Amino acid sequence: MIGKLEGKIPPGPLEQKWRTHKNNSRLVSPNNRRKFEIIVVGSGLAGGSAAATLGELGYRVKCFCYQDSPRRAHSIAAQGGINAAKNYQNDGDSVFRLFYDTIKGGDFRSREANVYRLAEVSNLIIDQCTEQGVPFAREYGGLLANRSFGGAQVSRTFYARGQTGQQLLLGAYQALCRQIALGTVKMFPQTEMLDLVLVDGHAKGIITRDLCTGEIQTFAGDAVVLATGGYGNVFFLSTNARGCNVTATYRAYKRGALFGNPCFTQIHPTCIPVTSQHQSKLTLMSESLRNDGRVWVPKRTEDCAKPPNPIPDPDRDYYLERKYPSFGNLAPRDIASRAAKEVCDEGRGVGPGGRGVYLDFADAIARLGEDTIRERYGNLFDIYQKITAEDAYKTPMRIYPAVHYTMGGLWVDYNLMSNVPGLHVIGEANFSDHGANRLGASALMQGLADGYFVLPYTLPNYLAGQIGKRPATDHEEFKRVESEVRARVRKLLEVNGDRTLTSFHRELGLLLWDKCGMARTATGLREALEKIPQLRDEFWKNVRVPGEGESYNQSLERAGRIADFLEFAELMCIDALERDESCGGHFRVEHQTPDGEAQRDDENFAAVFAWEFQGNGNMEPPKLHREPLHFEAVHLSQRSYK
Amino acid sequence: MNFKLKIWRQADPKSKGRLVNYEARDISPDTSFLEMLDIINDELTERGEGPIAFDSDCREGICGTCALTINGQAHGPKHPAAACQLYMRSFDDGKTITVEPFRAKPFPLVRDLVIDRSALDRIVQAGGFIAARAGSAPEANSIPVPKHNADLAMEAAACIGCGACAAACPNASAMLFTAAKVSHLAFLPQGAPERTSRVTKMVRQMDAEGFGNCTNTYECEAVCPAEISASFIAKLNREYAIATLRRSAGE
Repeated sequence: MIGKLEGKIPPGPLEQKWRTHKNNSRLVSPNNRRKFEIIVVGSGLAGGSAAATLGELGYRVKCFCYQDSPRRAHSIAAQGGINAAKNYQNDGDSVFRLFYDTIKGGDFRSREANVYRLAEVSNLIIDQCTEQGVPFAREYGGLLANRSFGGAQVSRTFYARGQTGQQLLLGAYQALCRQIALGTVKMFPQTEMLDLVLVDGHAKGIITRDLCTGEIQTFAGDAVVLATGGYGNVFFLSTNARGCNVTATYRAYKRGALFGNPCFTQIHPTCIPVTSQHQSKLTLMSESLRNDGRVWVPKRTEDCAKPPNPIPDPDRDYYLERKYPSFGNLAPRDIASRAAKEVCDEGRGVGPGGRGVYLDFADAIARLGEDTIRERYGNLFDIYQKITAEDAYKTPMRIYPAVHYTMGGLWVDYNLMSNVPGLHVIGEANFSDHGANRLGASALMQGLADGYFVLPYTLPNYLAGQIGKRPATDHEEFKRVESEVRARVRKLLEVNGDRTLTSFHRELGLLLWDKCGMARTATGLREALEKIPQLRDEFWKNVRVPGEGESYNQSLERAGRIADFLEFAELMCIDALERDESCGGHFRVEHQTPDGEAQRDDENFAAVFAWEFQGNGNMEPPKLHREPLHFEAVHLSQRSYK
Repeated sequence: MNFKLKIWRQADPKSKGRLVNYEARDISPDTSFLEMLDIINDELTERGEGPIAFDSDCREGICGTCALTINGQAHGPKHPAAACQLYMRSFDDGKTITVEPFRAKPFPLVRDLVIDRSALDRIVQAGGFIAARAGSAPEANSIPVPKHNADLAMEAAACIGCGACAAACPNASAMLFTAAKVSHLAFLPQGAPERTSRVTKMVRQMDAEGFGNCTNTYECEAVCPAEISASFIAKLNREYAIATLRRSAGE
């Protein structure tokens, strides 16, 4: 069915590829643009910026989100910042260095050309957002300020207090609002995409459910753009918002789109540890805190239960500074997370259950004063105080890794189009730019790059050949998919068993965290692959979804998402098992260097794993397609942050 | 900990709502308020009763989705915090807690504790933006912004759009919400070209949605989870007055 995977990387030297591609891309003339209807699903940084920009260009856009307003997409919770290669600090930064740090941070599992383009457009994003009124932090002279982030030795992160994601999203949201008022974008809040419609093999529409009325609706478009974020909630507990889900991308996968590197998930090192069994989500503490906070645990297990402040310095193990002297507390996320797990596994963890490490600001407060720390991180300290009732100005924070971001996603080519013609995927929902590990402050960069500056250039490559090919929603394919969606909703409501949705989701999450979390083994993954189908069977026999389909029904919303997680989890574990190497956030215990770092196998695994759904209804093993990764500009090295 | 709860139940906008009694038992003090509602909902589901509809998403106080009036206060007794940042250790064991939706005429009820706040979106659509098309922005450092102004803009821009200000106000005024956006953009040089038309259009929309006027009760500031200062309302009034003068002078 699907032949060789074509990344469609433009020829020529790395630094000219994007320019060449733009010059050779097709265009849609202004008076033809209004003939095209573009469906954008998701209104976060990627979807919001894409919908607004396509509207500005004159396309007719329909934008969908499950939240009650596009301003509430989960991009809003990003705290720390956004990277760009402006080199305002005069510290030797450049497009190449941002590219290199990103590809190295991703442990050499992403495409050179995509990552270089990302670094290249990063500067435009800062210009754009500043002009929109994003209140980035500034120096006293009125120019923009920067701070450092993990995995980089330059200071290139732009920020708006600890609410950078909020401010960037509001910038995109306001641009979107302007287009809504102008009538180029029609917004559909509280509307969830439940399936993708293909006509003659092209993505030409979606089936949605109006979450307020329960009405199932169909929408036709000339192209479909998925900007539906990541699937971290497959783990039940994550830093994602409650509603984040895999449904849109997973449904597209079941309709033929390839899923790339699903096992690449990011565990963020600085989150507030789990305290109660009823906890519904985890909260991140921005990585920027590692600029001034020092991570440590007691050297001796008997000190772990003691209050931290009186423990003298010689009895503390500042393990990141010890193991990675040149990056210290700013080691990349995957490395910092595993190091935390290691010391806790040794029994030196602190706090309830011993799953926590200290992030200590005492030295920084002594050096810079409490006011400076408050100015830099005040809102983060407030969040911490609210959740734990502890004052981090007086006593060290306790942190522990938590699922935060998913690098995997639908496979796309250089045009950000999946293997299904017309289906474009942007932001966290695609697999493309972060390889096996994302660096801090790069998610915001990628979401906005895709939406403002990449998709608007690449989408016409598809659209130019599609004038007048938009089907009507009474096309039989729409009717067929719609009836399948209706049947599935009915089926969920009809099970009427004994177990709650939460119990299934929690069980799945614990299983994945254990077997497919920070450390993975072949045995563990096989075990998970046995248990997931059993849990899924149990779900369809014994779940209880109260209420009706034709009304506001939050249980039904969750049920559909959990049902998809129960299938998707299997794909994740299959991918993790197949990738018989360690790289970035994917740590296979069997493959580590003598000092416990991820051991890549470039000869066999320098490739994207893109999975094709097989079978009709029954879950059959998916088919693997490999896209080899070629490196011309960088030398594949063992990542070292020592 | 144990609690008695009185929770607003209403099947749809047209039916009549009422407070229904529930009990929450063996709740750990580290449980969040919304997690307590999760627990009650799972119990209701197990008993075959309909769970309570309430909205939430990020559960860390930034998305602005949750909108509960707890014991008569928007977002509950702990300020500044959104309802999702409220933990049961803030309540006395055995107490009765009343939970209602945000109540303001421009926020029609959807179900139980869920309301429709699209009125706030429409206020932003009326003019709460800077028209800056992607691709035409100048180099970011070409327009310096005094740090003081940038900081003030950030303070105003921190609004999470939850609508607690309007719910807490006896006049259901959305002036704090509108003021925050008007001020944010007015403090920045990039916002200057549309300054006059922006405030005029946003205020007009605010009135059209049925929000009331400000009579300086400061309830909005008291409940605001993002600590938006009511002084921005003074800024809004100033901006509006200047815009009106300019318009009457024929500018």
